[in-house]
Amino acid sequence: MPEATVILNATAIQRALTRIAHEIAERNEVGTEVVLVGIPLVGDQLAFRLGKILSEIWKLPVPVGVLDVSMHRDDLRQRAAPTIHPTVMPFDVTGKTVVLVDDVLFTGRTTRAAMDALNDFGRPKKIQFAVLIDRGHRELPIKADYVGKNVPTAITEKVRVRLDIPNLPDEVVLAK
Amino acid sequence: MSWNRKHLLDIESLTADEIVTVLDTAKAFKAVGERAIKKVPALRGKTVVNLFIEPSTRTRISFELAAQRLTADIVNFSADASSFKKGETLKDTARNLEALNADFIVIRHSASGAPHFLSRVVNASIINAGDGAHEHPTQALLDAFTIREHKGKIAGLNVTILGDILYSRVARSNIWALTKLGAKVTLCGPSTLVPKTFEQMGCRVIYDVDEALRNADIIHLLRIQHERQRQTMFPSIGEYTNLFGLNKARLAKTKPDALIMHPGPVNRGVEIDSEIADCKRSLILEQVTNGLAVRMAVLFLVNGGKGPQEVA
Repeated sequence: MPEATVILNATAIQRALTRIAHEIAERNEVGTEVVLVGIPLVGDQLAFRLGKILSEIWKLPVPVGVLDVSMHRDDLRQRAAPTIHPTVMPFDVTGKTVVLVDDVLFTGRTTRAAMDALNDFGRPKKIQFAVLIDRGHRELPIKADYVGKNVPTAITEKVRVRLDIPNLPDEVVLAK
Repeated sequence: MSWNRKHLLDIESLTADEIVTVLDTAKAFKAVGERAIKKVPALRGKTVVNLFIEPSTRTRISFELAAQRLTADIVNFSADASSFKKGETLKDTARNLEALNADFIVIRHSASGAPHFLSRVVNASIINAGDGAHEHPTQALLDAFTIREHKGKIAGLNVTILGDILYSRVARSNIWALTKLGAKVTLCGPSTLVPKTFEQMGCRVIYDVDEALRNADIIHLLRIQHERQRQTMFPSIGEYTNLFGLNKARLAKTKPDALIMHPGPVNRGVEIDSEIADCKRSLILEQVTNGLAVRMAVLFLVNGGKGPQEVA
């Protein structure tokens, strides 16, 4: 039985998201065109939650998109082909401030793929990056603008973020 | 998600799960084709060789564009301009292509089993683009994709395949794919071209065309393949059209939401009336669009496959 520790429970997740939303609101003035783009499988759920909080702060609708990055990954020949999730970009990103949203920042390779994928949809004015967990071990020069929680981890450990699964509480778990 | 295969040799050896994986992946690639930038870097730096030892326009161009949309390099190799004419064997040709570091070989060949043979003698991923009268897996996958897109499902549908079944690799691949996905397949055509032995593949074989079409949700028409017939299997093209061609009168007796498919090339006025080929119920051109997405998905998936894979 692998050892697992709960890093964030449901309340702590929601509190972290609320703080991130306020930080986004602080960094970007009202009326600047901010859109959120989540990376599946969990980043998109986080993006929708963040979008809801942010639109309450700004009293403005904040558009949310979903961007699958599988086709832009750099490890495609090194493993079985990843499952591709639907990409839904209901807006033009050109000229917008795009906040990319993901659950866990680890090597940074997904983030790089996401920035490349985003370029296929237009030329954002700025790209910012929000993550729920930063677990370290970067392999690329990438850092997040908004972090829910920094968690020092061993490279062999796994961080799992669980959201909106019926009959199970939302939580972030660190497993050995 | 279940795909670990290095090659796509046939539909027969695929599981229903694997087929669904291709269809789901193709859906994502179809969306890429609708973007302003229709290209993704998934196969950047890879080389695809189209090794077409039998003529083809649609399939070859479709694979060519699929590879380009995935940022792979593609080389076309056709029988007329090649060293086959000078007596080189298929194995030697393929090994020469491999010596040029081809990562994928898309092969069409008049001999059944040629792709399977190649998969044993070279290291590249092999994709069957039609081998003799055996299989044409990407055609069956794009047909299944098109049906699913229109009907929302495949299980439980009545699919009638009408025409030259005996010599048709499209029919064989479609029968495998559709029955694995739970459709009920009916075959119809001249008895010389639709032998009862096909019942062993889990289909219904009947020779009354109105009966075959009556409950069909999908009417799949096939071309009479003159090039594969070694003797005359029916008296005349005119008689075939009279007895089995899809015309207005026959179409009127089908379900109003029955859709018409054809893998192309269409012989207007033979297996289908010209007007019907262009009507709203015809999916013929959508099949072509979907073929591109399905071939992108196949290249993407086999790129991640490592094998070993059982060879049928």
